[in-house]
Amino acid sequence: MATAVQTTVETQNYLNNGYDLKSWLLTKDHKRIAVLYLLSITGMFFVGGFFAMLIRLELLTPAGDLVSSDTYNKLFTMHGITMVFFFLIPSVPAVLGNFLVPLMVGAKDLAFPRINLLSWYLYIIGAMFALVSMVMGGVDTGWTFYTPFSTTYSNTHVVGTALGIFITGFSSIFTGLNFIVTIHRMRAPGLTWTRLPLFCWSNYAASLIMVLGTPVIAITILLVALERLFHIGVFNPALGGDPLLFQHLFWFYSHPAVYIMILPGMGVISEIVTCFSRKRVFGYEFVALASIAIAVLGFLVWAHHMFVAGISVYAALVFSLLSYLVAIPSAVKIFNWTATLYKGSIRYDTPMLYAFGFIGLFTIGGLTGVFLASIGVDVHVTDTYFVVAHFHYVMVGGMVLAYMGGLHFWWPKMTGRMYPEGWAKLSALLVFVGFNLTFFPQFILGYMGMPRRYHAYPPEFQVLNVLSTAGASVLALGYVLPMIYFVWSLRYGKLAGPNPWNAVGLEWMTPSPPPTQNFEETPVVTWEAYDYEHQPDEEVPVGH
Amino acid sequence: MATSDIEIAEHALQHHFADMDQQKESSTFGMWLFLVTEIMFFGGLFCAYLIYRSTYYPAFVAGSQTMNIWLGATNTAVLICSSLSMALGVRCAQTSKTKMMVVLLLITIVFGFAFLGIKAVEYHEHWTNHQFPGPNFQFEGAEAAGVSPQNIQIYFSLYWAMTGLHALHMVIGIGLVTWIVIAGWRGAYSPDYYSPVENVGLYWHFVDLVWIYLFPLLYLISKKHGG
Repeated sequence: MATAVQTTVETQNYLNNGYDLKSWLLTKDHKRIAVLYLLSITGMFFVGGFFAMLIRLELLTPAGDLVSSDTYNKLFTMHGITMVFFFLIPSVPAVLGNFLVPLMVGAKDLAFPRINLLSWYLYIIGAMFALVSMVMGGVDTGWTFYTPFSTTYSNTHVVGTALGIFITGFSSIFTGLNFIVTIHRMRAPGLTWTRLPLFCWSNYAASLIMVLGTPVIAITILLVALERLFHIGVFNPALGGDPLLFQHLFWFYSHPAVYIMILPGMGVISEIVTCFSRKRVFGYEFVALASIAIAVLGFLVWAHHMFVAGISVYAALVFSLLSYLVAIPSAVKIFNWTATLYKGSIRYDTPMLYAFGFIGLFTIGGLTGVFLASIGVDVHVTDTYFVVAHFHYVMVGGMVLAYMGGLHFWWPKMTGRMYPEGWAKLSALLVFVGFNLTFFPQFILGYMGMPRRYHAYPPEFQVLNVLSTAGASVLALGYVLPMIYFVWSLRYGKLAGPNPWNAVGLEWMTPSPPPTQNFEETPVVTWEAYDYEHQPDEEVPVGH
Repeated sequence: MATSDIEIAEHALQHHFADMDQQKESSTFGMWLFLVTEIMFFGGLFCAYLIYRSTYYPAFVAGSQTMNIWLGATNTAVLICSSLSMALGVRCAQTSKTKMMVVLLLITIVFGFAFLGIKAVEYHEHWTNHQFPGPNFQFEGAEAAGVSPQNIQIYFSLYWAMTGLHALHMVIGIGLVTWIVIAGWRGAYSPDYYSPVENVGLYWHFVDLVWIYLFPLLYLISKKHGG
């Protein structure tokens, strides 16, 4: 142990390989690009969180007294746009995936390091477009940009924001392309597809969606911009265009995008659950293929967002049935994680607490998704807080918890330092409690009929809204704490050593932080994935 | 010659690949994936075309009457020729005939500009006839044909968007081929390392192929029915 710590401190690694700004801004090292992404999306997360805070403050009282209804429209729009396009979609893939996929497959870098850097710059340029549009007065169309409101009637900065999303879309395409090529072509000798970590499988599945779906939202947004600038009429009913076509094209990407936001999170959970129950994941092949199944089915369900928009009854029936089917691979994952826990030697470290939170909350989020997939219930709760609660259970209860869990799990690998366990457990608890207090009341509010996207509401809804706002404050505290102790740990955290969790996987067989080349020599894999049965109890030196 | 080839190849090998084969396989695979994203990108527009053509069929017939088939056919021929010279250029890069490659790629560029020039003539024609979507859109004979000018405008919106996006891809393609010509002239490619030439070639063929679909859809298939 002592020798391992010493070598960690002395050897060259990706962090001490150059300290000037240029060595960061022109880096082609996937690990540094991951850190750049980490800093940028954290910034955007707090921008989106700021809008959320204003929304919750407005909803504290039934009267619309804090902001005008126009401002409120802008607040929920900018909250949605920032969180979806600039935080959730890049969160696990661009930060953890960027850092870990090459390490997990035993490669020196992603297949196209320059394109990887380009993707970060595109992200930044897109974010700048969006932020400048927000500072200049914002946008009020909802994150969905529904036509003809967005193309004809809205007097806000639609084009600037749309361009920002268009540009950021290409950053997502390039990340996905890089992952697919890397996982296909750059696996270490002996690392067959069936030995691949499930984190790689789920990022692979998400990458398929990024590559196939994102171009469609790009062309759709381009058409919205053309419609606004040149009045081409494609989505404008007054000119013979069909606004429903916009909804079809938009959801053709944006429903699969929901799986871009959840699949990589599922990969994180697979890694954490198996490590902290010291068991090979139950039914590896099923968990792996469930990711692909979710990606494929995800492309066939988009019109369940349009049950009340006037699509034909028969189309609605088919889309409803297909949407039910997505529940099957999702449930396979939940059952397999649970079966992995069975008779495992479970440890309750912070990443595992987040994983438990994920499993419970994603189950609620997923099952309420099945409610919404059934046409009868959907018609009743469309555009109510029930929908808001449902997708926050998946996006925040699912993806954000997985992201936080993954960040804690791999923080020692990324920085070489441990975070303070006590504070981290407290923050995990705050996030879990705060989250449920915020969003569970919204299920009830929605079922009682409170519509979303209004800044005033009848007084009988106030109690539940106050609960929700109180929960949001707890949740905010749960997010600010890790910010503080992560920064603290960079200097004062305990040295982690190469493998603080005694986990299996190639990323744990190289020093923390990893050297620029990732591995001193290309590893040769001779063991199955998650071979915890043969992993010694004690921590072993690098290269076992 | 042989030793210098190996040196070039080693110089071209990026640090994170094990060997040239892995690097070549990765870049080719990446390019094909990128082309898949391009198909999805154009796919949105083709989808819109399909829907509006079935909704406003008479308007699409009326709109496509105004297309100049001869200019469109010439442009199709120009693009097919450019793809031939591109393919021959890639072959020359593989067999280290650098001068021949440069000549063939320059021919490709000339064909590219010829296409854009002819397209500009067509655009000018439509522009002067007010066949550009927006407040000034006009279509003579719409009432006589019994169709709404608004619906014909949708046809022209799609025409401008699809051919415009295609022309933008042509411009990017000409830029890429120019880059290959300059790098090739400086001797960057050899039989061991020519994937940039090949990948730009793939891109060029893809853009060509998009036009192969645009030409019949916008010019030909509705021509006969209107009378």
